[in-house]
Amino acid sequence: MFEFCADPSILPDWQWFACYLTSGTHLAFYRSFLVVILLLMITAPVALGMGMLGALALRSHSVPLNLIGRGYVNLIRGVPDIVFFLFVPIALGQGIEWVLHQINCPDWDQPIRQGNDFIVCREAKMPPVGASAWTRNVYGFTMAIIAFALVFGAFVANTLHGAMQAVPRAQVETAESYGMTRAQAFRRIVLPQMWVFALPGLSNIWQILVKATPLLFLLGIQDAVFWARELGGAKTSLYTYPHPDWRVWYFLALLVFYLFLTWISERGFGWLTVRLSRGQATAEGERQRRRAA
Amino acid sequence: MKKLTLTLAALALTASGAAAQDVVRMGTEGAYPPFNFINDNNELEGFEIDLGNAMCERAGLTCEWVINDWDTIIPNLVAGNYDTIIAGMSITEARQEVISFTQNYKEPDPSRYAALIGTDPSVIDNGVIATQSNTVQAGYVAETDADLIEFPTPDETIAAVRAGEADAVLADGDFLRPIVEESSDLEFIGDPMHIGGGVGMGLRQSDDELREAFDAVITEMKEDGSLNELLIRWFGEDTPTF
Repeated sequence: MFEFCADPSILPDWQWFACYLTSGTHLAFYRSFLVVILLLMITAPVALGMGMLGALALRSHSVPLNLIGRGYVNLIRGVPDIVFFLFVPIALGQGIEWVLHQINCPDWDQPIRQGNDFIVCREAKMPPVGASAWTRNVYGFTMAIIAFALVFGAFVANTLHGAMQAVPRAQVETAESYGMTRAQAFRRIVLPQMWVFALPGLSNIWQILVKATPLLFLLGIQDAVFWARELGGAKTSLYTYPHPDWRVWYFLALLVFYLFLTWISERGFGWLTVRLSRGQATAEGERQRRRAA
Repeated sequence: MKKLTLTLAALALTASGAAAQDVVRMGTEGAYPPFNFINDNNELEGFEIDLGNAMCERAGLTCEWVINDWDTIIPNLVAGNYDTIIAGMSITEARQEVISFTQNYKEPDPSRYAALIGTDPSVIDNGVIATQSNTVQAGYVAETDADLIEFPTPDETIAAVRAGEADAVLADGDFLRPIVEESSDLEFIGDPMHIGGGVGMGLRQSDDELREAFDAVITEMKEDGSLNELLIRWFGEDTPTF
């Protein structure tokens, strides 16, 4: 990074730290925070979408749809997250390869499972044979997003379903007596009003999602926790920057990062609550009305 | 008939030639100096990285490195996420039931106990011993009367001893030596012991062709002394050579 970094062993303290904190591994460490934020930014809307579908299925009068919704929500809520994070990428990865194998290599005569090995033909490999490291990273990251969205979607579904039920029934009845269909009443009456009821639950799920991001490490993604552990460990003179065990400082940095995320989200949700309560028949809406009057 | 067999042989040759063009993905842990580790430039470095690159060059293969956690390094090989394990893995019978190994590229290195200076060597028999999980050392301590605590990374086993969480750590001597030599608070206790066989490269049991290719290269490197050169460069003059 800096010119004076050529031989760190002879540097005074401040320069040594300047070089140390800008080493290749540290730059990767800083980037890993962005990876965490990127994961959150993508997973949150996808999980919200999954949750909406789940909630609609839960509300549905069609028996199979309702069963699918209930099965999804209860199955995922009942199984430890970590099991799903381990299960989804392996099962999905092998599932995709199995399907591609059936499509691309119908003439294959060997069994796919040979003892312990899972073998598909060359054309069925995912990511494809010869894919760049970048493609593989994106593939792994996508798997992680799917696993996160599946798990958190189930919680969101339950919260949204509860929020839809919380919209006063009398309003929906009034809408229907005006001649609106069930779908119209839902779109015009329930959907705009449900969010204020869903917010406390959603903010909980968001916080849990933030705290669950270190599980990325389990999926083979080098996230902030991986780097904190890797960089903090004692280093012998085999490394350019030997140092004793500094993990406590690296984990402190993580702590600050996650507290900062929590603080920012707390503020965001506070603002959203005020914004969404406007004109609502809730305590906060009532307060706003009286203040305005 | 003869012509047919010849054509078939030619076809087989081109087929294996095409397979040789594939990138061979080499799985390693990246946390086990001096075998394999991530250096400060965020690149892999170590004995096995040098060896792996040399082997691929000799075998005419294009190789790329993949870092994977030690605990899941065998399942991910079997699942096809990469094609070889080259991560300081001792050849043991239990592992051979799941994967296959090339011949060893490193002689068995005695395992050592390291502890804080002044620790009574009797902790080996009745103390708390830290090891990395799923290693030959973890299997060994489980058989003794000492209490075993396992950690996912080798680095954490040392930290546990320094923090007083464990009385001693049992690990490969090659891994412990630089750490003990450079520290002012650790020393070896007890006698060196041979646990497990030499270190070899792990492959899927169905990948006979690739195993034979690497086996041949290892033989070649043992014979022309280039393997010994690498061993001495990374493990010092005293390391057992071929």
